Amino acid sequence: MNQLLPLFVIVPLSATFLIMIFGRFFKDFNKYFASCVLLFLVVLSFYSMISLNGGLSLYKVGGWQPINKIPIGIYIVMDGFNSLIVCIINLIGFLVVFYSISYIKRYTAENYFYALFCLLIGGMNGVVISGDLFNIFVFLEISVISSYALVAFGVEKNELEASFKYQVLGGLASFLILFGIGFIYWKTKTLNIADIRAAFSNGYDKKYYLFVQLLILSGFGLKAAIIPFHAWLPDAHSSAPSPISAMLSGVFIKAVGIYVIIRLFFNMFEISEGMAILITTLGTISMVIGVFLAIGQWDIKRLLAYHSISQMGYVVMSVGIGMILVSRGLKPEVASLAITGGIYHLINHAAFKGLLFLNAGAIEYTLGTRNLKEMGGLAKVMPVTSATSFIASMSISGVPPFNGFFSKLIIIIAAILARFYLLAALAVIVSIITLASFLKFQRYAFYDKPKNPMGSEVKEVPFPMVFSMIVLSILCLLLSLLVIPSVREVILAPAVNILTDPLKYSTFILGQ
Amino acid sequence: MIAYYMCFGLFFVGLYGVITRRNLVKIAISLSIMEISTFLFFALIGYIDNGVAPIVNPADPDKIYVDPLPQTLVLTAIVIGLATTALLMAVIIRLYRKYKTFDIREINELRG
Amino acid sequence: MKGMTIIVKKTAQLIAGMIFMYGIYVIVHGHLTPGGGFAGGVIMAGSLILVILSHGTDFFSLVKEEMGTTIVESAATICVILIATAGFLFGTKVFFNNFLPKGNVGDLVSAGVLPLYNIFVGIEVAASVFIIFLSLIIFKEESPK
Repeated sequence: MNQLLPLFVIVPLSATFLIMIFGRFFKDFNKYFASCVLLFLVVLSFYSMISLNGGLSLYKVGGWQPINKIPIGIYIVMDGFNSLIVCIINLIGFLVVFYSISYIKRYTAENYFYALFCLLIGGMNGVVISGDLFNIFVFLEISVISSYALVAFGVEKNELEASFKYQVLGGLASFLILFGIGFIYWKTKTLNIADIRAAFSNGYDKKYYLFVQLLILSGFGLKAAIIPFHAWLPDAHSSAPSPISAMLSGVFIKAVGIYVIIRLFFNMFEISEGMAILITTLGTISMVIGVFLAIGQWDIKRLLAYHSISQMGYVVMSVGIGMILVSRGLKPEVASLAITGGIYHLINHAAFKGLLFLNAGAIEYTLGTRNLKEMGGLAKVMPVTSATSFIASMSISGVPPFNGFFSKLIIIIAAILARFYLLAALAVIVSIITLASFLKFQRYAFYDKPKNPMGSEVKEVPFPMVFSMIVLSILCLLLSLLVIPSVREVILAPAVNILTDPLKYSTFILGQ
Repeated sequence: MIAYYMCFGLFFVGLYGVITRRNLVKIAISLSIMEISTFLFFALIGYIDNGVAPIVNPADPDKIYVDPLPQTLVLTAIVIGLATTALLMAVIIRLYRKYKTFDIREINELRG
Repeated sequence: MKGMTIIVKKTAQLIAGMIFMYGIYVIVHGHLTPGGGFAGGVIMAGSLILVILSHGTDFFSLVKEEMGTTIVESAATICVILIATAGFLFGTKVFFNNFLPKGNVGDLVSAGVLPLYNIFVGIEVAASVFIIFLSLIIFKEESPK
């Protein structure tokens, strides 16, 4: 039992309210305190991942012991999979908050920004580490409410409109999730994820089970912006302040959308073949349509937002292929290869999409525009931004030796080994179109003739922004080391094992 | 059983409102109706026939109580609903300041 | 914002205190009867809102009021978190531990730390509902430019 697990929620939550009090009286308290808090959380998350050592860790809040092996309290669970996600959340969160020290100066209410940011981090950490369905809902709402407010942070026309759309669709998603939780509780009389699996394993009504699965899938699919539910994402992600776009696109849709879908459909529901095929289809559709919607965009952040949909499609498709194989009981090593590819791409996407949004923010900071047609020639005046964005563009479009290449390679190899040749071909084609789209971004932003009226006044951005971008681009290179089998065994294999072997998860939790 | 179906009816009333209404405030009200329908559903699944309110009486411990867990869940969800509704209204007031209208057809800067 | 007539003002003065006291009663008996922090806090905020609506205020005092209430709200939330983390220090040393003696069922002072949670949650909810009201009025009163 790791005593430190509740700190992932306590520390950001108390930081929020300390910033609200002391940030009013001491100037600059908010930014340095928020950075220190996030740095502490980064250290804590890496420490917990290392001390986990491939096993599981369980924390019973309030010390409520199970009665007759039925868990009655709130459980906090950490295993190989969610320790990775917690590391991503806090690492990207730290870099983003460090970047904001310079960037957010042009907004008036800095205090509220840092308070809401800490609340967002606390909510996401809570979603990821809780082992209880209703707790997931509560922390989900904490994080989405702070993200609604952060999207509307500029209080201009676009921001408010995007936030309104996001709130209406997000509210709809929340009610669908709540209905799903209600139906699950009605039949099983429990809310613990492992216990729900045990209760459903005694037999269930097939139609009822399918209905609950569809409710949960559409609710969290709306949060994750898988294609039929994607309407809010381009508006919200392009209107938010750039550090928040990096946070929402890089981490948020993964932590509250993709992570929860993967966790619930592997560890709570029994994997059925029809559901696995549905998830794979949704993933493939969002992978293909997302990239086609992206290709005609001239607004940088909208372009990046549509690419987020497309890249999340890769993750969902790859995990879906793994689910199909697990449900058929065929080729377990190919199934685990497909899930490895999906999780690996999830981690990589956090690094390069966060970096791309920070680059877009740097361009917006100096030029004051997001339109690609009004830029050009920035490579000479902004060398660091240009170099880091080149690394990120090559990563996302899958050019070796950057991390995106290896994860896409694993996904394609897994699809071929599982005999889904069409999906493998689509993945290659989408990757090529992504490359074309990012070459356009590079050419118009950095290598064309200068078109902006400001001319020679354009300078490189201040140090905190440069620091965050350089660290993320180094991370893009370092993450390609995960493809080496001995490293993969240590970091990715525990995550895959916990998903492909659901009995391990439920027996561990119910056995404590 | 009819009560459960009426919860769903209420949910679809709210959904119909969100889809068809053009006024921002009416959309917010429709969202609240959907919210209330989920709360009603939670209150119903905790009900047990002939059960009383779950306040423990030491003199008579063998009474049938209704399930208290859904009630606590509803309370938590109501608090969350209060926060979302307040934020939505704040955004609507700000939108009215910028556009001078509540009509959603005229608030269409973002597209493509 | 303008106030209302003398009749409304006097009536509000008479009943606002009683509503406030009722809110305190609901909060304090939260561990014995239905109600508790959230319900009592909303009742308390209701009495404050009643006074402001009937008597009216000007814009600057609203802003000042909003700042003070924010600090009260944040401090109350920090107290809740502190009580929860105090469980690390006493008893079985877990988060959210109920470390105080439980007492007899039905007494006003019983159930360990639950009344403390109720009190601080009540203050927090009263302050935050009041802030929601104040901010919406401030948004409305801000002169459009």
